[in-house]
Amino acid sequence: MKTLRINIIACLLALVPMFIMAQEDDQVLKARGGKFALTNAKIYTVTNGVIENGTLLINNGVIEAVGTNVRIPADAEVIDVNGKEIYPGMIDSGTTLGLAEISSIAEANDFREFGALTPQMQALTAVNPNSVAIPVTRVSGVTTVWTMPRGGILPGTAASINLFGYTPDQMDAGSKGIVMNFPSTAGGRRFRRLSAEERKKRQEKALKTVNDAWDKAELYASIENSDDVRSYPEIEALVPVVKGELTLFIEANAAKDILSAIEWVEKRGYKKVVLTGVSEGWRVADEIAKSGLSVITGPVQAVPTRQSDAYDAAYANPGVMAEAGIKVAIRTMEAENVRNLPYHAGFAAAYGMGREEALKAITINAAEILGVGDQLGSIEVGKKANFFVATGDPFETSTKITDLFIDGYKVPMTSRQIRLYDEFLNRNPSTDKTKPAVSIKKK
Amino acid sequence: MKTRYILMTLLFAFCAVSYGQVKKGDVLIKNGTVITITDGTKENTDILIRDGKIQRIGKNLRTPRGVTEVDATGKFVMPGIIDAHSHIAGSAINEGTSQVTSEVSMEDVVNPLDVSIYRALAGGVTSIHLMHGSANVIGGQNETMKLRYGSTNPDDLRFEGAPRTIKFALGENPTRGGRARGIQPQSRMGVENMIRSSFTEALAYEKKWKAYNADKSARKVAPEYDLRMQTLVDILNGDIIVHCHSYRADEIYMLMKVFNDFNIPNIVFQHANEAYKVAPELAAFGASASVFADWWAYKLEVYYSTAYNATILQENGVMTSINSDSGELIRHLFHEAAKTQKYGNLSDDEALAMITLNPAKQLGIDKRVGSIEVGKDGDIAIFDNHPLSVYAIPQYTYIDGVKYFDINDDKPDQRIYINPESSIEEVQLFEKMDFSHRCMDGVARHYGANLFRHKH
Repeated sequence: MKTLRINIIACLLALVPMFIMAQEDDQVLKARGGKFALTNAKIYTVTNGVIENGTLLINNGVIEAVGTNVRIPADAEVIDVNGKEIYPGMIDSGTTLGLAEISSIAEANDFREFGALTPQMQALTAVNPNSVAIPVTRVSGVTTVWTMPRGGILPGTAASINLFGYTPDQMDAGSKGIVMNFPSTAGGRRFRRLSAEERKKRQEKALKTVNDAWDKAELYASIENSDDVRSYPEIEALVPVVKGELTLFIEANAAKDILSAIEWVEKRGYKKVVLTGVSEGWRVADEIAKSGLSVITGPVQAVPTRQSDAYDAAYANPGVMAEAGIKVAIRTMEAENVRNLPYHAGFAAAYGMGREEALKAITINAAEILGVGDQLGSIEVGKKANFFVATGDPFETSTKITDLFIDGYKVPMTSRQIRLYDEFLNRNPSTDKTKPAVSIKKK
Repeated sequence: MKTRYILMTLLFAFCAVSYGQVKKGDVLIKNGTVITITDGTKENTDILIRDGKIQRIGKNLRTPRGVTEVDATGKFVMPGIIDAHSHIAGSAINEGTSQVTSEVSMEDVVNPLDVSIYRALAGGVTSIHLMHGSANVIGGQNETMKLRYGSTNPDDLRFEGAPRTIKFALGENPTRGGRARGIQPQSRMGVENMIRSSFTEALAYEKKWKAYNADKSARKVAPEYDLRMQTLVDILNGDIIVHCHSYRADEIYMLMKVFNDFNIPNIVFQHANEAYKVAPELAAFGASASVFADWWAYKLEVYYSTAYNATILQENGVMTSINSDSGELIRHLFHEAAKTQKYGNLSDDEALAMITLNPAKQLGIDKRVGSIEVGKDGDIAIFDNHPLSVYAIPQYTYIDGVKYFDINDDKPDQRIYINPESSIEEVQLFEKMDFSHRCMDGVARHYGANLFRHKH
């Protein structure tokens, strides 16, 4: 009995250093979940107008109430955001965030797999929840991104992720899609030395590969229940698209390629398709509108695709397409600088799209196109509590984000870049004024 | 002796004439909100430009006969934007055959036909610093230019009288080159050594010439002339401003110590993503920095960056500019400057000085451009909104009082040269590794594939 007691005491004693060690660095800030009421806010719901002096009540990760007449429960933490504005979290519908850490180092990039036909590759698997770029991004108000495999023809399956969580599953925002780079006749830097004929040949060859793959997928879908089907993962991954259960995201940028892609989709008859990139969408906006396909476009801060194009072709592109009646979402196609999403939208707004439509392009339109419109993209009761508080218009460069909620968690407004600022703004020690290490003998 | 003077005079006159051929304009910009940078912001103010120079700034100026009037009511008038780091309008960027190529100069590869020049004008940019690339430790000399688009003569785009500048490069770019070719430098130790030994060699070279010049004997023999060495001598004598590609704090600190030892008074650190870590040292030295607003993580040496870099430098008294190094970004430097109000709280004037007066100082052209002051060049950018607003759209851009961009007269196709061999026009698609970034452009393939996949 005595030994047992000693053992218990020993065990407790052994725990003591653990409690002491629990937080060695008193600077670490953690996210908090719970019940929050944000009061006196100007709330941009996106789908139901602007609420002046409103209250936003969230509980258990979900928006519970929003309006001017919200009863605040006694156990809710009240945050008075008087004079500030609340927006749904911004959504970037095209990034490699979480997959690319340092772009020049192959070992730090996981968005490209070997082979041209690898649609079964899962972006969500390779998302690094601890990427330094994630906090850097979210403190600017971007709460959700579409993170996608790149390269080849069918590089993989993209996923929507929320920018908070410790595992990919905690970050999973609930949708996936197959990425396809539509064989292109245009030249990027890699193809600049090829002649038009060589390029055409490449395109035709790639198109044949594409069609072979989808023919097989259609066959596979039709015999799926037979006992004699061998596993064919890259084709299997395409079957949900054939059956209309999963969205196919087709990257096409040159006007000609956009039209070919539309024709291809119509011929195949796939039900869920989105066009991405669409740099030259303004040239064929009416044709896209007629197809009824939605568009993810960007980057907006980009040089025009042709030397002869107007300097502002890329700035104006989203506005032209929206005007034609196309549902448009905006992407940055960035990894480390997804934080510039509001500026891509801001430039689109300035060059013809207008502020309201540009805001939709990075909130509700993006959510709907990515298949999470029932969960994200607006401030509505029942939707996920993904939003931010800003000192003003989030497109304006000088606006600051003051509070951030993802999945109902109040996420601390910190990142490595902010901590470096805090450490180095007034460095201590500064220089030794009496014995400067470097002081030039001026001539 | 007399003939020499006559020849000199003739030569001088010829130079004056050839400079004089650059177009100079007369214009009265009426009733704008004038952001002078050096003397506050003045509402409802006019600027009179005569023969390419700002002659008067004031209210209700009378329009002299023959001077065009431009109504700037409700508009914002600022000095033309200056990009201290650009590779547009260069038909070549790197001479990477040696780790020291101070003999080459970008002045020989100015391409006045590049449509990027027009696109930069459409972003309010009037002057650029066309830089050599960063493939070698001591690169070529740069060219300071005015974006006088429309001429096919490269000479018309030179910034007449601008001081000479040269490119140095530290860190990953030159050491990768060294590794790929099995030569020095392959480390930051080697980079330092290469600079020190180059300067030491240059001093010996200068000594030989000094001895020769001091020698009164009739039978003296001149040492061999070496442009590479002579350029280094000019750096040592403070006649060329060094603009050094750099990222990490340790390498920035290293170069200040080297320059201190060789008594070179001035350095501009280009990129300088980690300059914030040694801001007090930079301030003590009197070195300045030309940085990105927010680019980072494209390679290891910029992984520990912060977008607050410009703010930390400014608050520590380091003169700082914001550059583009990109044919894309150059079109919205006003927006890049505005980011200092997101990542920090710089004033409007501090933010805008980073793309006007400060780069002008770093290029040694601040007596001519960089602010709206009487006597300075008529280089002006006019916006419909405050240039620090994301909604600002450039309306007109003037250089020497001549209008080079007018949004109301903006034909889509601004090419002044069309390749007669191409029947179908090239469609250049966006890639993450954008073709508008050219820092390692033209470097031989054997440098390794990674060089081509990163920016700067």
